Amino acid sequence: MDILRFITAGSVDDGKSTLIGRLLYDSKSIMIDQLEAIEKQTRNREEGDIDLALLTDGLRAEREQGITIDVAYKYFSTPKRKFIIADAPGHIQYTRNMVTGASNADLIIILIDARHGVIEQTRRHSIVASLLNIPHVIVAVNKMDMVDYPQDTYNNIVIDYAAVAASLGLPQVTYIPISALHGDNIVDRSERLSWYEGETLLELLENLEVQTDANLVHARFPVQYVIRPQTGLLHDYRGFAGKLISGIYQKGDQVTILPSGLQTRISRIEVGGEEVEEVFAPQSAVLHLEDDIDVSRGDVIVPSHDLPDSTQELDVLLCWMGNKPLAEGNRYLLQINSRQVKSIVKEIRYKLDVNSLQQEALTGTVGLNEVVRATIKTASPVACDTYKHLRVNGGAILIDETSNVTVGACMIQ
Amino acid sequence: MSKYHLDHLEQLESEAIHILREVAGQFEKPALLFSGGKDSITLFHLALKAFRPGRFPFPLVHIDTGHNFQEALDFRDALAEKKGEKLIVRYVADTIRQKNLSEPKGKFASRNALQTYTLLDTIQEFGFDACIGGARRDEEKARAKERIFSVRDEFGQWDPKLQRPELWNTYNGRIHKGENVRVFPISNWTELDIWNYIRRENIELPSIYFAHDREVLEHEGQLVALSEFIQREETDKISIRRVRYRTVGDMTCTAAVESDATTIDAIISEIIATKTSERGETRIDDKVSEAAMEDRKKSGYF
Repeated sequence: MDILRFITAGSVDDGKSTLIGRLLYDSKSIMIDQLEAIEKQTRNREEGDIDLALLTDGLRAEREQGITIDVAYKYFSTPKRKFIIADAPGHIQYTRNMVTGASNADLIIILIDARHGVIEQTRRHSIVASLLNIPHVIVAVNKMDMVDYPQDTYNNIVIDYAAVAASLGLPQVTYIPISALHGDNIVDRSERLSWYEGETLLELLENLEVQTDANLVHARFPVQYVIRPQTGLLHDYRGFAGKLISGIYQKGDQVTILPSGLQTRISRIEVGGEEVEEVFAPQSAVLHLEDDIDVSRGDVIVPSHDLPDSTQELDVLLCWMGNKPLAEGNRYLLQINSRQVKSIVKEIRYKLDVNSLQQEALTGTVGLNEVVRATIKTASPVACDTYKHLRVNGGAILIDETSNVTVGACMIQ
Repeated sequence: MSKYHLDHLEQLESEAIHILREVAGQFEKPALLFSGGKDSITLFHLALKAFRPGRFPFPLVHIDTGHNFQEALDFRDALAEKKGEKLIVRYVADTIRQKNLSEPKGKFASRNALQTYTLLDTIQEFGFDACIGGARRDEEKARAKERIFSVRDEFGQWDPKLQRPELWNTYNGRIHKGENVRVFPISNWTELDIWNYIRRENIELPSIYFAHDREVLEHEGQLVALSEFIQREETDKISIRRVRYRTVGDMTCTAAVESDATTIDAIISEIIATKTSERGETRIDDKVSEAAMEDRKKSGYF
């Protein structure tokens, strides 16, 4: 059994929460008391059927307003897989919350209302998927019940979306017609959609290959913490604790410490306190080095034959998440994995229209939820890869040092 | 399947260890909230994996309401001593006395809400900047919304509308003086993941998690252990039942479930078959209102 993390994206009335409620309900992940609670609430709000969407709205304000404000995480599992759903709001006003939910996703389900087809929101959600490099896309054409399950409507939407996917370079798009409200093609096959011969949504989610997405080629080990017991027999013990975010290390491997550039070999590897011969992503481990050299939190241990860029100038796509505007010359703390460095946004080259992907000249400052291409200069070198090439070592956040808030997401180009 | 494969428990374990080490790397005075319940025992086990052969870079902290199960307290003390880790205990009863707080009233008067006072005082006393807790997102819908690094203001309050974006596996733990961060390394674990992990890792638990005979009071379908902390009435239906605890909180607000399960395997089979959620079956304090947990978190609860 492994884990699939996915995000669902749709606009306010696409039935996103209903879809998640349906997945949980039909996979029998909802308990009686939870069901009773939403039944009671449905009555409170004087509606008819049980509102499956109520399962996912966690905050009082969300229930009152019938909207999703922030990402909620939901869990269910089948004998094949554990699923982690990031249920993110779809409205443009909450793009930063969607980006948060998308950053760890292996897959995105983009919902399209069969009555409306591909709309501006669909395009925007797809652009977010492409910016965040989500490896797999499922396009679920929902509300097929409301148009009486016609195949040609579905086919036309598939053709329209394929053009969007091609223009964004989205890999691996799978299409499926569904009705979340009635459960058609969610867990059980639908007779009303008998013309569809593919797998049900749950089957798609269960069978998708994700392990191959873990990059096992380029080893990157950001040091989080140095373990030094300094007692008795362990007086000389100095272990570098961290998580191998990609790649494989074996005892004896020749490595370079970045940014210092010092070279040494791995002399010992421990996982969970036990000595092992090799370690692979995404295991947490402790590495010991042959030479007594300076290594501390924020350094990255990389193979000497496979170095990432170590640079003080980053070309990034930047999704702005701050309430205060971004302007050229602003200073922030940049954090990539365990490393934090001072930085300055040196140049903002253009603004990206998240509904069309058009590049626009910047006039004035950058506001919340806007995406720009920028150059960031850092106070000391940062060992990073491009986001497209190695997602785990190509994403950085910007922190406003005066408020301590995370204000930007950088995808290194 | 490739030999370079982690199953779901191994992935969750690695994620939790990574989060624990981020706490060690980012904060000056962290603490691990440790009650002797299964989730905090799991955290303890993960901390051993994250930091051995070194010591934990934080003390264990327990806010004792005075209404805890003795079995859990004994277990708490024994585990801390066996592993040589520092344990700090602060008592809600002391806070009630020193701060002239009102004891809650009623049949199952719970000090759960008062715990927050003692917790905030303890955070201030030691200057803790981060408190690691064993909350999981599958427990409750307000928790489902909370970040792994959850920033609290100097009153311990959670503002669900102003949460920091939390991207990739990058955690921003920067705070101003007086604020602190609650950190939840097992956010992505479900109840069943915890039990499966306990089985795989052979983790010891307090005896009350296994079936035993106990004198209980039946109240609105829930079985509450008889203790000096609840008010008894003549009409109470009292009987001896074979029960186990699915969660361990205060004796006043935690209900037992009927069970014959004396092994982890048997417990896992029962949990797979159950039709009731963990909190729904065992927590009396969540039923007060739909947003009970959200309200408690907003006012400083962990």
